[in-house]
Amino acid sequence: MAVVFKETKGLTDAKTHYCPGCTHGIVHRLVGEVLEELGVLGEAIGVAPVGCSVLAYKYFNCDVHQAAHGRAPAVATGIRRVHPDKVVFTYQGDGDLASIGAAEIVHAAARGEKFTTIFINNAIYGMTGGQMAPTTLVGQKATTAPLGRDPKKVGMPMRVSEMLATLDGAKFVERCTVHNPAGVRKTKTAIKKAFEMQMRGEGFGIVEILSTCPTNWGMTPVDSLKWLEENMIPYYPLGNIRTPEGGDK
Amino acid sequence: MSKVLMKGNEAVGAAAIKAGCKYFFGYPITPQNEIPEYMSKKLPEVGGEFVQAESEVAAINMVYGAAGCGARVMTSSSSPGMALKQEGISYLVGAELPAVLVNMMRGGPGLGGIQPAQSDYFMSVKGGGNGDYFMPVYAPASIQETVDLIQEAFDVADQYRTPVMVIADGMIGQMMEPVEFKDVTHRKLEEKTWATDGTKEERKPNVINSLFLDAQDLEDHILKLEEKYNLMAENECRWEEYKLEGAEIVIAAYGTTARIVKNAIDILEKDGIKVGLIRPITLWPFPDKAFDHIDSTTKTVLTVEMSRGQMIEDVRLALNGKLPTAFYGRTGGVIPTPAGVVEAVKKLVGGAK
Repeated sequence: MAVVFKETKGLTDAKTHYCPGCTHGIVHRLVGEVLEELGVLGEAIGVAPVGCSVLAYKYFNCDVHQAAHGRAPAVATGIRRVHPDKVVFTYQGDGDLASIGAAEIVHAAARGEKFTTIFINNAIYGMTGGQMAPTTLVGQKATTAPLGRDPKKVGMPMRVSEMLATLDGAKFVERCTVHNPAGVRKTKTAIKKAFEMQMRGEGFGIVEILSTCPTNWGMTPVDSLKWLEENMIPYYPLGNIRTPEGGDK
Repeated sequence: MSKVLMKGNEAVGAAAIKAGCKYFFGYPITPQNEIPEYMSKKLPEVGGEFVQAESEVAAINMVYGAAGCGARVMTSSSSPGMALKQEGISYLVGAELPAVLVNMMRGGPGLGGIQPAQSDYFMSVKGGGNGDYFMPVYAPASIQETVDLIQEAFDVADQYRTPVMVIADGMIGQMMEPVEFKDVTHRKLEEKTWATDGTKEERKPNVINSLFLDAQDLEDHILKLEEKYNLMAENECRWEEYKLEGAEIVIAAYGTTARIVKNAIDILEKDGIKVGLIRPITLWPFPDKAFDHIDSTTKTVLTVEMSRGQMIEDVRLALNGKLPTAFYGRTGGVIPTPAGVVEAVKKLVGGAK
């Protein structure tokens, strides 16, 4: 009988710690599948962040560095300079990447560092308990924005992908979602393209993935998927923002 | 091998490359800029890489990445920049990663100034980053010694899987002296099987990590690190003794201050006042044993520093109440003179009578 679905070698057997309904697990699986399908699992070196996915080093079946909050792009820069022939990626949340690590991601992109960043945008700080993130939507409640995000006081949410796409070193920039099966398939394609682009040595690539946080949003998993579709996608439009010159190849 | 005349900061870079350093990540700050400038020119010539990071925070984390890959890697900075690197230093110790860190100290606090100082002693030896940790800290007193210690620091770092800090000051960084690049004895070093270079799907993944969510796991890790600290304290203490025999006063001083103190000691000897010197070369592990060598003729231990008195606390701990201590120091970038030290000793001797 033909096998239509099986475990990916890209992930270890460890059970993940993520909350029910959280989409980190889906994205982990996509990254694992892509590394396996590209045949680079044995050449991959990942960088785990601080935040909900801090334990990613236990889940990816490849060499991993755990980095300080926001510093994953700097750590990946060090790794890439030592190993120009390996496949290097960072896996970062929005608090990690867009707030404390904003300088690191901007400058890694500006230098055109040849690694791939998987950027999980769930519009909130998850692990620390639902505080406001740079990506929290206007009016969205967070423990440090109890009345909802007020742009007069804290500014508008950051569109990281659009910002990074202005930098010449950022060669592949795409925003995806994993709130429905079509989105998951498109996200996998984007992740694969970003890694392939890295392997061709073209520069920095980032895949931003709109994700849910049922626990800190205070919603059921199903309501969270709906909320993402109705609220996040209008502000964070999906699609490819930048592809290497000459197309995807 | 013949001697060459070199500026201290450039000698730091040359020594690192001789020790096999292939990667340097740094950020400009006075008075150590000749180190990154030298590395930017020379590392590509030996197949290495130089990156001018966007900040000291990024630089030390690039070091973390490269060190985790098993490479020989260095960064350098000066006081306010070194303060920014403390986060990464704590992570390097926690994840047991070897790297060499150079601090050409200037005056503080805050932005301070750009003149030589020794006011980062506490930050360097007491753990400027978070958590329970120590790492070897070397304090050379000449450019030759800086070169020798930088070369050895890479071996010590690899042997114990720890960052090693070399602290000097703007004076050593900026002055020129003749130096010889000797073959410093290489230690027996184990292969870095823990480093990340891809599993090739032939081994279990290597993980570079300092996170231990279970309290017992973290305590076990810290106690394991402590075993290394104890080994280093046993085997890596270094110091120099000068004219201790029959000394009435013993001065404790390190780095360039110790050179000034030696001049003062020679002047005082001509005046009939016998003064000795203990010059710690490792500030951590602190050479407590050196203070057991103090002669019974000694009445007081005077600590001389380019700070308001930081090492004096370790001197007091080493003496453990056996002798009274006194302090003389200049700070903020003011360099003590031999005359100033002579006066401080004379005041002390006069006061003792």
